[in-house]
Amino acid sequence: MTIIIGVGGCVAYFYFSNQFLDKVLLPAKGANAGRNINRANLIRPWLFLFPAIFALGLYLAYPVVATLWYSVTDRNQGGAFVGFANYQRMMADPKFWEALRNNMLWLIIVPAASTAFGLLAAQLTDRIKWGAFAKSLIFMPMAISFVGASVIFKLIYDTRPVDQNQIGALNALWLQFDGGIGSFLILRLLPGALMICAAVLALFVAYTNAQTIREKGASAGSVLRIVLIAVMAYVIYATLGLAYGAFTNVHPYGEPQTWMTIPGWNSFLLMVVLIWIQTGFAMVILSAALRGIPEETIEAAIVDGANPFQVFFKIKMPQIAGTIVVVWTTITLVVLKVFDIVFAMTNGQWETQVLANYMFDKLFRASDWGVGSASAMVIMLLVSPILVWNVYNARKEMR
Amino acid sequence: MDGIAGRTSALNWIVQISVVALVALWLFPTLGLLVSSFRTADQISGSGWWGALTASEQNLTLRTANPGDDGAQMLVDGVYSVQGQLFGDGSEAEISTWGTSSLRISEFAPGDTADLSDGETLTVQADGAYIWTSPTEMTGRGQRIFVTATTPPEFTLQNYDRVLFSGDSTDGMTRAFLNTLTVTIPATIIPIVIAAFAAYALAWMDFPGRALLIAAVVGLLVVPLQLALIPLLRLHLEIGIGKGYLGTWLAHTGFGLPLAIYLLRNYMVGLPRDIIENAKVDGATDFQIFTKIILPLSFPALASFAIFQFLWTWNDLLVAKVFLIDATGETTVMTNQIVELLGTRGGNWEILATAAFVSIAVPLAVFFAMQRYLVRGLLAGSVK
Repeated sequence: MTIIIGVGGCVAYFYFSNQFLDKVLLPAKGANAGRNINRANLIRPWLFLFPAIFALGLYLAYPVVATLWYSVTDRNQGGAFVGFANYQRMMADPKFWEALRNNMLWLIIVPAASTAFGLLAAQLTDRIKWGAFAKSLIFMPMAISFVGASVIFKLIYDTRPVDQNQIGALNALWLQFDGGIGSFLILRLLPGALMICAAVLALFVAYTNAQTIREKGASAGSVLRIVLIAVMAYVIYATLGLAYGAFTNVHPYGEPQTWMTIPGWNSFLLMVVLIWIQTGFAMVILSAALRGIPEETIEAAIVDGANPFQVFFKIKMPQIAGTIVVVWTTITLVVLKVFDIVFAMTNGQWETQVLANYMFDKLFRASDWGVGSASAMVIMLLVSPILVWNVYNARKEMR
Repeated sequence: MDGIAGRTSALNWIVQISVVALVALWLFPTLGLLVSSFRTADQISGSGWWGALTASEQNLTLRTANPGDDGAQMLVDGVYSVQGQLFGDGSEAEISTWGTSSLRISEFAPGDTADLSDGETLTVQADGAYIWTSPTEMTGRGQRIFVTATTPPEFTLQNYDRVLFSGDSTDGMTRAFLNTLTVTIPATIIPIVIAAFAAYALAWMDFPGRALLIAAVVGLLVVPLQLALIPLLRLHLEIGIGKGYLGTWLAHTGFGLPLAIYLLRNYMVGLPRDIIENAKVDGATDFQIFTKIILPLSFPALASFAIFQFLWTWNDLLVAKVFLIDATGETTVMTNQIVELLGTRGGNWEILATAAFVSIAVPLAVFFAMQRYLVRGLLAGSVK
């Protein structure tokens, strides 16, 4: 019943407003027919656009301003202007810094891993006969809600006391390791080697960028490149640290772990949920981009004696770079808004807090609108570079 | 396209195997939930779900029939005895060891006779048949027996029955399912109607400020909806909508519109100009052009956005929590119901898994049925 009213009202608006314009207000007949038609055509676009503009303005543009206002006022003082007091209180909250730090990790790891897995899956499935079927299975988590995915992964991360059968797959797998040679290979050598590879890759990216700066000289783009090099330097430092840790950490073999309560690991395991969901998206987009590459370029490379890896990295990668950026930014947007997964699995306990959940916590549990709005503005601030970039690209395209 | 220069079969095999591994890895989590939703609570806590398809060894605590019940006890040659079967009808479980004390659960082999106190004896066979004898008349409850049994794979629909049809207010999903539908259907259709008109105006009508509006839509595409929560909730409370379906539909409409307008406009711009100009020459009004020509031609774009919006509203938790669910909890949606179950029934995986699977079944069905449109929409939205 409510459904019919809601949908019917919407359709009725468009039909009757058009009828009104044509028949009553400016009828296309009589003495002023010509003028009336012209006037009606001036008004009609706005008639078509009005609901959309109204909804967009009210539900997206107005809140940006309103939230900005709330973030500099105090609700308890009757909405008095308090300047940056809310931001100062937020900065003083260690939970906020924890959320920001975790969000940064999410922002680096999730888009990178999803894009990498997506690229791998796209590249592999395009080569086989049942690729379409494989693709739709990898793409499937896209349809599963974050909450549903949280339940699915909670089952995987489940822990039972040591004397019972483990029903969580992760713990069952963990108990297979006993500290022998297999454990060394998988738990020390493999992650250590992966981390060293990541460090080398980061070094390579930083090096090529430094080369470009040296060749082209200082320009507007070199600021961006220097920032990128700084980020890569940090990545190298972090990955080498992790590689060292992979070889030296003492593992509690044979004891089931409560994964969700181990700081560091738990955030990473939450990220796995989102990576699992987003890989399919990256795969579909990148697969289309890979197929859009002109075949002549690949043929020419093969004729020139390039091996498959060279074809992939030197021919294909540069041609799909634009698409990779799009995929990366889209997943970045999803990550910035990630709320359900953390809310359902840990609710930000054990150092897994992220900004969106921190904000929800402040707004609806602590009823602290000032800090809540301030943290929402931080999310907005993080999104705005992508916003500017998108608008810039859209305008460029229309010209 | 890589095959032009010839491809070794070894490489082909590596690719095949990697894809199988990747697909298995991606399918494994969901499969776990699906299998678990068909198992009983005992089975789930007894063994990992991956063992559900093979026979599993479990430690069970069972009880014989109560001697005090009518007809349970027989008197033969001066010996009282209770006979029966430990497992239910049709069970193919097989006992490997058993005991009568929780400290020594593997004291006896099947067929052994245990001496209980006061001259009582108990014999348990491998298939669960038992005889319990005593020289005097027995009273009270049945004897506890601890068995280690291998049970064959067994699946049940009991969980679905409980979650869907029991009407239980904490476990039941029926109401939440209907509420989710009530939120989802209008929240999918309303933005499509509004966006279709707006997209047509932006694509095919000439008016000042068009470029600016398009840029604004692209900008609003990335505004996080988190910003909208407090201002809009306050607005809804002030103008009297309060927390309810209407507010939720409006919120979903507002949040879905930028993508809808963007997708539909991009599609409509690509429609052939001739058709529209011919129609105008023939005297069709804009409204007629839109309903008779543009809408039918735009069906693929409409369908792909409809799927996005459907998945997004069906799977949404945040908007429902803020704009819909009030203190009474009458209007709870499935995602929220599951989060609450995670709190109250964190260990009851049979209920959790089933509830979660009920909630993801519909989007999965839509996904597999309309995957083509979903992919097309994704590509239109991202690849330019």
